[in-house]
Amino acid sequence: MEVAGLPISPSQRGKLISAGYTTISSLTSLSPHHLARDLNIPEEEAVQILGAAASHNSRLDTSDGGHSIVNGAQTAWDMFREEQSSLRITTSCADFDNILGGGINCKEVTEIGGVPGIGKTQLGIQLAVNVQIPMGLGGLGAKAVYIDTEGSFMVERATQIAEASISDMLEYNNHLAKQNRVCQVKFKPSDILENIFYFRVCSYTEQMALINHLEKFISDHKDVKIVIVDSVTFHFRQDFEDLALRTRLLNGMALKLMNLAKTFNVAVIAGHIPAQIGSSCTGTRMSEMHT
Amino acid sequence: MNKVWVSIWRENRLGTKAMAEKLIKDMGLSKAMANVFAARNITTAKEALSLTEFELMQLLDVGMAEVSSALSRISEIACPPYQTALNLMEQRVHKEDHGGHLPTGLKGLDEALCGGIPFGVLTELVGPPGIGKTQLCMKLSLLASLPTTYGGLNGHVIYIDVESKFSSKRMIEIGVQSFPDIFNMKGVVQEMAGRILVLRPTTLSKFTESLQQIKLSLLQRPVKLIVIDSIAAIMSGDFAQGASRQNLLGWHVSFIKSLAESSRIPIVVTNQVRSQTREEGSQYSFQAQRTDDLSGYDSHLVAALGINWAHSVTIRLVLEAKSGQRFIKLAKSPLSPPFAFPFIITSAGISLLNDYGTELKGMEINRIHQHGHSDIINFDGKGCSDKRRNPT
Repeated sequence: MEVAGLPISPSQRGKLISAGYTTISSLTSLSPHHLARDLNIPEEEAVQILGAAASHNSRLDTSDGGHSIVNGAQTAWDMFREEQSSLRITTSCADFDNILGGGINCKEVTEIGGVPGIGKTQLGIQLAVNVQIPMGLGGLGAKAVYIDTEGSFMVERATQIAEASISDMLEYNNHLAKQNRVCQVKFKPSDILENIFYFRVCSYTEQMALINHLEKFISDHKDVKIVIVDSVTFHFRQDFEDLALRTRLLNGMALKLMNLAKTFNVAVIAGHIPAQIGSSCTGTRMSEMHT
Repeated sequence: MNKVWVSIWRENRLGTKAMAEKLIKDMGLSKAMANVFAARNITTAKEALSLTEFELMQLLDVGMAEVSSALSRISEIACPPYQTALNLMEQRVHKEDHGGHLPTGLKGLDEALCGGIPFGVLTELVGPPGIGKTQLCMKLSLLASLPTTYGGLNGHVIYIDVESKFSSKRMIEIGVQSFPDIFNMKGVVQEMAGRILVLRPTTLSKFTESLQQIKLSLLQRPVKLIVIDSIAAIMSGDFAQGASRQNLLGWHVSFIKSLAESSRIPIVVTNQVRSQTREEGSQYSFQAQRTDDLSGYDSHLVAALGINWAHSVTIRLVLEAKSGQRFIKLAKSPLSPPFAFPFIITSAGISLLNDYGTELKGMEINRIHQHGHSDIINFDGKGCSDKRRNPT
């Protein structure tokens, strides 16, 4: 393994190579002090380099006893078990939920595509409300992040959906009460609206920044279980001459969204405008990455 | 000329996207890190965020940890603030007239739209020629200039009249017929009509110029409505087809949308129809179906300006004619189900025949009919005189 693969700065890499450390294995038995002297760098930097090398090694090592042979890997059985127990958000449509295996999956990026006016935004708003159905009624009792790139989020419509959802919950509650399993529903539409965090994004830079920042935002607001981006590609379709840059940014963003979904166990919904024929292949690239 | 123009709109973008252009040196990064960014000529958040972490590491020659902490700081500053939906709601209800809507005076339509044409978004009127798009635009302009007590917004109106179809005489007629009690007061006609500013750009570059002027005048006057009649005419004017036109359109769309949003006013835009070609039918599966089961030539009509534009408008109202009857249809709206209302045009402008409407299903929602359209126009011409006597 070459040192070129280590996540360290180019000047450090240069120093390593010129001092003769070309492979990672040549770094394994070194003390930081030794390395610092050889490379003529401060000891903290040497510690950092060795840390990078060590973490790189452990990824390939057959360490970590237990059942996993390669670190970070999972057996298919574990995956199956995990999928069985994973959190789902209902779409309010039983048949659709069945097809999806119980609803929109947390931990995954789900893409919604379609022609204008077909109802992408509606589904987005619906999910932002549905994620708040309390645990006692089979929901998640969580909060939602709504990222609006097109300005199409309508707070009036969100109120309507919230009202309808509350009356549904009350009805279900009456049904449960008959079986002596009472669950308190003391929701008002305003409570539901309060749990939707709305971000209005006006440029692709803001979008990139927000998606970077989401990690921090969600760690501060742990009860967020769904992130809705409506729509992912809107700003990337306006005035982009550098198509390579556009593809790179979109791919990077898709990876970040997937990572977010995995780490925080949130569902990510990406509303998406289908690519026009002849305009570019970004659409298909995005789609390939989504599950 | 094209190049100069492009550079103008570039500069203009910088103005509207202040957040993204924020300087890295003002973001509170550590002195050393800020200097590293400055030395590599990365001065704005936009530039930094257009690179991946690894590219930045290469370029700046610093370690992974520093790069990611710097990036997260930059992202935190550059990312827009959030509001809860409840906040949004309260703002609309307390601060804006009629809860953030311009009532159209057409009861059924207003109910379906939760109070009228919403502020801050783009509303499109699309339909065949002569169906009543301009009539509706003139009525809306009047309504926006009326005092609040009469259901208006008590503001100024900017009317961009591309095809020279705006008629002040007709507008005053609509006003006098629909609101006789105010318009018969002395001086009111002059005051109301004086609030409506009509612009007649002849080329795309003049149109762009006026948009930029509008942006300034929004700060000086209480403008409550902008009408653009029609966007298709100006876009299909002198400019090239294909990709470059889509690019220009894309810019205009973002600009118009940002106008609507930053000043929280409704913007109404009319669009033309064009006939659909067969190849297009097979391009999208949803349209292919449409061409298969069509029974007359009228369902070949589609809205002009393409799918990109269609995605950008928030509300699309289709005006159409079916078996000799005019309908206004909510073809795209996040607020309401797809209702169709029959309407007629009288001396008092557009009025609905009933306020219940019919709910549409499936293909009917997006279709634009022109069936028996020529009959109506001719009929209206002849029957105009008796309608004038009893406006509905």
